[in-house]
Amino acid sequence: MRNRNIVLTIILIALILASLIIGANNGDLEGADDKAEDIVMEIDPDYEPWFEHIWEPPSGEIESAIFAIQAAIGGIIIGYVIGVMKGAKNNN
Amino acid sequence: MKQKLKTLYFLIAFMLISNNSYAMHIAEGVLPISHALIYFIICIPFFILGIRDLKNINQKSKNTNLFIALAGAYCFVLSALKLPSVTGSCSHPTGVGFGAIVLGPYIMTVIGVIVLLFQAIFLAHGGLTTLGANTFSMGIIGPIVAFLVYKLFRKKNKNIAIFLAAALGDLLTYVITSLQLGIAFPSVTGGILASVEKFGAVFAITQIPLAIAEGILTVFLFNIIEKYSKSDLDRLMEVQYDEK
Repeated sequence: MRNRNIVLTIILIALILASLIIGANNGDLEGADDKAEDIVMEIDPDYEPWFEHIWEPPSGEIESAIFAIQAAIGGIIIGYVIGVMKGAKNNN
Repeated sequence: MKQKLKTLYFLIAFMLISNNSYAMHIAEGVLPISHALIYFIICIPFFILGIRDLKNINQKSKNTNLFIALAGAYCFVLSALKLPSVTGSCSHPTGVGFGAIVLGPYIMTVIGVIVLLFQAIFLAHGGLTTLGANTFSMGIIGPIVAFLVYKLFRKKNKNIAIFLAAALGDLLTYVITSLQLGIAFPSVTGGILASVEKFGAVFAITQIPLAIAEGILTVFLFNIIEKYSKSDLDRLMEVQYDEK
């Protein structure tokens, strides 16, 4: 079980590294959801988004902080749940 | 055949030269109002089924709250991870596959809405007006695909079934997103199909390595849970797949 997870981790890291290296040659690696509107504009130059975001992170730094908070919340809960499961198993 | 070759060529060309690719959820205000509304309406029954399942699942197995928390948290982490892809842009996995396998697809609709709301409000990622459309792809189609794929392959090889379920659930989410955009913005020269092909070529290829990564990570998570909480997990899965 442990060996299998080590193998999985290695494959995972190799996969992400490979797509990072290939991807860096193919583009700027920007998180590109803003470019959605560019493609839409290309197809339909007259279209205007009819609703704006009610709030946007004021800078890239703030945005990455909020993404980090989101990941941290998830990570803490996953850690907690696995901890509880492990404790329950040890008690039995 | 010729058409297929053309599509393949198109895909490869896009992969090599495109730096105008984009991925992830549909941004705020991009879909026309009528489309946005229709997706909201489609989502309502699935959301209600999800609430029903959340209420009932406690009676089916012990410690189900732990699994619900885990499924939600897994979604939270994975959709915060923007990873590089071969196309030269970044996208993120969805993380709905795990929960769909363990809890069934509808609970993931509710969890998907929570994750999408968080990102729309705090990160300007996705949007409130496109919440329905994004829920449809990530919270309904993705989980249903994952659930069905697992159901189909679980008897053959459990790990491969988990891998395929999570990976295809992830990939199909983005295929649906490109369909939604293609339908909303048909190309002047080629109509809806040309647009879908354009959005889809970018989406599908960007998402492929990420979908594989999500598949692997989900198998990893199952390994850990089986180690600590096998009886609860087995019971939950039994209810999900054998008694229906």
